[in-house]
Amino acid sequence: MIKLNIFLFVMLVICGLGIVTARYEARKLFMEQEKGQKLTEQLEIEWSQLQLEQSTLAMSARVEKIARKELGMVTPPTTENILVIHHPDYTLTPGETE
Amino acid sequence: MKVLFNPSRKTASLIPEWRSRLVLGFLLTSLTILISRAVYLQALNKDFLQQQGQSRHERVIKQNMQRGNIKDRNGEILAVSAPVRSIWIEPERVHATPEQIKQLAGLIGVKEAVIRQRIDSGKKFVYLRRQLPPALAEKVTELNIKGVNLKHEFYRYYPARELAAHILGFTDIDGRGQEGVELAWQDMLTGEDGKRRVIKDRIGRIVEDVEQIQSPKPGQDVILSIDSKIQYLAYRELARAVKKQHAKTGSIVALDVRTGEVLAMANYPAFNPNQRSSMNNEVIRNRVLVDTFEPGSTLKPFVVAVAMETGRITPDTLMETSGGKLKIGRAVIHDVRDKGNLTVSQVIQASSNVGAAKIALLLPPKTFWEMLNRSGFGAETGIGFPGEASGRLRAYNTWRPIEQATMSYGHGISASLMQLARAYTLFATDGELKPVTLLKRDMPAVGQKVISRETAQSVRKMLELAVQPEGTGSSARISGYRVAGKTGTAHKRFKDRKGYAKDRYISSFVGFAPASDPRVIIAIMIDEPSGGNYYGGTVAAPVFSRVMEGTLRILNIPFDGPLGNLVISPVRTELEDKG
Repeated sequence: MIKLNIFLFVMLVICGLGIVTARYEARKLFMEQEKGQKLTEQLEIEWSQLQLEQSTLAMSARVEKIARKELGMVTPPTTENILVIHHPDYTLTPGETE
Repeated sequence: MKVLFNPSRKTASLIPEWRSRLVLGFLLTSLTILISRAVYLQALNKDFLQQQGQSRHERVIKQNMQRGNIKDRNGEILAVSAPVRSIWIEPERVHATPEQIKQLAGLIGVKEAVIRQRIDSGKKFVYLRRQLPPALAEKVTELNIKGVNLKHEFYRYYPARELAAHILGFTDIDGRGQEGVELAWQDMLTGEDGKRRVIKDRIGRIVEDVEQIQSPKPGQDVILSIDSKIQYLAYRELARAVKKQHAKTGSIVALDVRTGEVLAMANYPAFNPNQRSSMNNEVIRNRVLVDTFEPGSTLKPFVVAVAMETGRITPDTLMETSGGKLKIGRAVIHDVRDKGNLTVSQVIQASSNVGAAKIALLLPPKTFWEMLNRSGFGAETGIGFPGEASGRLRAYNTWRPIEQATMSYGHGISASLMQLARAYTLFATDGELKPVTLLKRDMPAVGQKVISRETAQSVRKMLELAVQPEGTGSSARISGYRVAGKTGTAHKRFKDRKGYAKDRYISSFVGFAPASDPRVIIAIMIDEPSGGNYYGGTVAAPVFSRVMEGTLRILNIPFDGPLGNLVISPVRTELEDKG
């Protein structure tokens, strides 16, 4: 009877300590999760700012201005375009241009 | 159990009996009091007390969800929400030293006096400054003033500025859509805010999650059918034309023929949605959809189409238009130039009002009305844009002959530019009216058959003639592609009385390319050009030419024009993999 009581008492103490540790661990993990969430939030802020920046820099008006003024690019006239079409049913006979 | 209290005789004789009784009684009474108190607290008042306890360390926090982005068909961002912080105070709880208020004023850019005034306002909730950058707001928290709080909010930013302003619309400061796509797809864009109950410790850190009361749902992205490159091109060319022609306003819309998607839609003048000060009721109107106008000669192909459908004319039927005048009742219809008798094709090519009127008078009113009705005039296009106008198409039983005649060349009927552009899908396809959409579709849309294939093809041929050097729309041509289209020059109605202004016009052009296999329809409307030119062929057609050329290039559509720069690759196998 006494042995059983002692055994139960020891178990009780172990369980109690277990709860305490588990609780502590849970808090610690929770803190970590909170930290992670904060980081997510911060990265999201950064992401949306980068998106903004990218779309502002990639605005067609700006790209065109740089291409034309700084790089001296021009749109080639249609007459200078050569279009190459791969057509599965088409066989080119000699002497044909189009 | 053994009795523990076992007084010896000695002590018993020394202490009077009543003392132990007194002590016992006292202890019992105390015990009763304690038990009843415990019962009172535990059983009767438990809920109240537990609630009070929880409210001291439990908090419900709101999780604001970001509004969805709006993107173009290639995934480029047109509207994005950036997180910001708003600073609000609980005036009753504010405890701040003058030094702190001074620092706060410096940080958020609000005058000290204003802050003091708000603190003394006696309200429960006052905003000090809204929508600050998060980094700046962080510094405010570092001041650690009691009663000063942060609220997480989002700021809506439109990187394309005025380019797509009319399509996108804008939101109010609380992030609710007010106009355009922001309003039309409000439900899809807004997320659902989440709520969770947490336990906070003494210094305000969250130490435990109790429960998620409401799980947050982030807003969905809306992918539009707009191509931002084409949109840019359309806006730029439109703006240039409106300025050059000293016009009041201008609108342009580009449609994908196969899918009915809106590739570009712009108005000028436009506004910058990032600056509220640039907005007013006039400038925010998306005129392509919410305004109607009398389309003028761009309506002529429809009367020709229905007359051909019912077998009354062929493209070569000769219409007697010599003299360039037609008297109906007391009214006289004029042509700009008398060109003698014209075939039906030439009526379209030279844009003869008399010719069109004569064709219209061959038809019973009901037949003509049905054609216009089935082409989408007088009804909304179903695009789902807020405030869309349906235009005006009067019931045929109220038509007088003169009205039937003028309607053939686009007077006495009104339509939005979108309706007009969509109606041209009849001729760009083989007679189908395609449903239009602002959302990316990517799949060919099935339209409603309105006219036969043969009619559609012959009208398309006529429209191609209209942009030939002899036609009214010759400046709409593009090298390398075959183009088809129709000019329109309409007198404006007086706003306050009946009749038409002699010197105020609406110039328009609707056309499509490549004519051999149409892919894109572009419609342009310029309101009151006053720089000397006012014909659709000189004002609107050049805009068409430039925008269409760029659009076809952006979409990689092969040439079909009479140019020798098309090479069909004989080397098949090498190209096979790359497609």
